[in-house]
Amino acid sequence: MSISVQQAPINLAAELAAVGEAGAVATFIGHVRADDGVTGLTLEHYPGATEAALAALVDEARQRWRVSNARIVHRVGAMRPGEAIVFVAAAARYRHAALEACAFLIDRLKTDAPFWKQEMRGETSRWVEPRATDADAAARWTR
Amino acid sequence: MATIDLLYFAWVREGIGTGSETVEPPPEVATVSGLIDWLSGRGAAYATTFADRTRLRAAVDQRFVPMDAPIIGAREVAIFPPVTGG
Repeated sequence: MSISVQQAPINLAAELAAVGEAGAVATFIGHVRADDGVTGLTLEHYPGATEAALAALVDEARQRWRVSNARIVHRVGAMRPGEAIVFVAAAARYRHAALEACAFLIDRLKTDAPFWKQEMRGETSRWVEPRATDADAAARWTR
Repeated sequence: MATIDLLYFAWVREGIGTGSETVEPPPEVATVSGLIDWLSGRGAAYATTFADRTRLRAAVDQRFVPMDAPIIGAREVAIFPPVTGG
């Protein structure tokens, strides 16, 4: 499986090893930020639709950049600042394809996959609002 | 008339007070926005949560759709805020 939506912490070493051998491997790791006193983050998602959205992105990356392998791992549930929330990897023969495919996957994941972040600050919680810059970043991959 | 499974996520779920329910809208409810209008007439929690349509997104049978998308024959409709993953 080239995608995983999981409660468990992401095993970065194992994920990287699983990408396999290729001339070029590009990775992106997103961490939970401790922005303005954030003490925790909870990720909600739409089971079924989430996996389908991520699989569609991996398929598109495979076709557009002819990557030999691509993987997305995204956590759901409760996590703390500093923990990895998302891991994206793309492997190809040369660096341009790997780097572009990796950037495409994380940019489009942010607008296409049904995840919702809730920040905790001590006892208070707040749903994160989308950022216009995320929509701009995703739009640059539109053909 | 067919029933539709509704799913709510994030603050929409909190506002409605449940993550899922099954409804049987009348035949004239033909689109996602029509469904939201109909739901808004069912009680204050719906009307309040759905008050600002610009903050709502939807999926029909797990496909993301615009608000004017048809729901005729749909089995599952999800209503949620803009996504914020990654």
